[in-house]
Amino acid sequence: MMIETQPLEPLDRAALPARVAALAKEGWRLVQICCSCRDAYEVTYSFDREGRFLNLRIGFSKEDPALPSITESYFGAFAYENEMQDLFGLRLDGLKLNFHGNFYRLAKKNPFLDPPAAGSPGASPAASPSAPSAEGAPRAAPDPRPT
Amino acid sequence: MSRRTIIPFGPQHPVLPEPIHLDLVMEDEKVVEAIPSIGFIHRGLEKMAEKKDFQEMAYIAERICGICSFIHSMGYCQAIEAVLRLEIPRRAEFLRVIWGEMSRIHSHLLWLGLTADAFGFESLFMHTWRLREKLLDLIEETSGGRVIFGVCKVGGVRRDVDAEALDRLLAALADLEADCREIAAVFARDASVQRRLSGIGVLPKEEALRLGAVGPTLRGSGVPSDSRRLGYAAYDALDWAPVTEEAGDCRARCLVRMREIAQSFDLIRQAVAKIPEGPVSAKVVGAPRGEYFARLEQPRGEVVYYVKGNGTKHLERFRVRTPTFANLPPLLKILQGCELPDVPIIVLTIDPCISCAER
Repeated sequence: MMIETQPLEPLDRAALPARVAALAKEGWRLVQICCSCRDAYEVTYSFDREGRFLNLRIGFSKEDPALPSITESYFGAFAYENEMQDLFGLRLDGLKLNFHGNFYRLAKKNPFLDPPAAGSPGASPAASPSAPSAEGAPRAAPDPRPT
Repeated sequence: MSRRTIIPFGPQHPVLPEPIHLDLVMEDEKVVEAIPSIGFIHRGLEKMAEKKDFQEMAYIAERICGICSFIHSMGYCQAIEAVLRLEIPRRAEFLRVIWGEMSRIHSHLLWLGLTADAFGFESLFMHTWRLREKLLDLIEETSGGRVIFGVCKVGGVRRDVDAEALDRLLAALADLEADCREIAAVFARDASVQRRLSGIGVLPKEEALRLGAVGPTLRGSGVPSDSRRLGYAAYDALDWAPVTEEAGDCRARCLVRMREIAQSFDLIRQAVAKIPEGPVSAKVVGAPRGEYFARLEQPRGEVVYYVKGNGTKHLERFRVRTPTFANLPPLLKILQGCELPDVPIIVLTIDPCISCAER
């Protein structure tokens, strides 16, 4: 049975961009970004270099759902970050290709955030101009073009 | 500077079996920028793990995609088994390799056929899919299913394949391999195929790594990255090396898949020769507590399965990062600067699986 060694490095939100920039410089490949949310947010960034696996983990409160984007170092992170924005109601600061909550066409706002955090984009449908009119009901198609 | 226009590509397009949309920013016939839009069929299967028994989820994981179905269930089971520290029988690991490699051949043949169809080589398309049909028959004979195998479970596999069936499988695969060599020669040497694929959609090695490309998209740019080298299942007992091509263009990605078909036949032969006798499943005791990232190599590239359990039968978090999701940013890069008529073939060469990406 093969069990891979998977080091996990806890990190502060503010230190993320610099740490990720250093990994990019060292030639690490971004493998994935995984967000989970129970009592608080937990975001794990995974990297690989020649088969070595490394994870950075950031934990923060549901009351402050914001993260710095890493698209400056890894442009490919835009897909993961837009996904977190849509499914978990996170706000990504400095995201280079931002779909503003329209990366996925969802029947429910922030469906993976249950219940929605106070102050998050998913807390109130009225907070977003592209929010669904009612769950399950047809809605006007938002302009998916990012900025 | 020429006047810029935006041409919509998809979600309905003759080369796209599944919906993805691209806004192509054009200057005359040249693509300046491509902006993707997905999410037409997002299903939220990851969330379902919080309500389903962790053992039942293996069958749902298999339904993430109809092409790499078996490897999806295998990845999920490997992640759960790692959290449970559950040692599965060695015979089950070899059977997983055999079915996994049959999946790879089937997926690559499907892709080669679609690509031949996209550049108008109808007879090559039909010939390729005729061969794929033979392989589906073999998958059915050994697993009982053609698309959804349904044989992988937490703790091993649900059915064994006896020695006689393995001998029949090897004989049938030998015939199929000879047929595949014929189409490989066409894909590698036919002048019209070469003209359609060579020098188009070039992804340099450094860009491929920086943008997080995986699978044949990465190996076609000369990077020998393949998750099977981690040695999961029975890959640690087999002799092989990742297939790479240096050019980074559409033809290189096509050749990688073509050569991987030959390699998969060899891996199946090795696995059948080395498979030990014994049981094919172990008893599952308890519920997962802890977390693990399982990394496997699907036909389209590296897939990552993350599971986090809290000691109950429901997972706290289940996450799948599929290869198409990782290959989306490199696709945007290789579309920049290409001619409009090349867009369909470039999109196809990352072998997009929207069903996987929209799990």
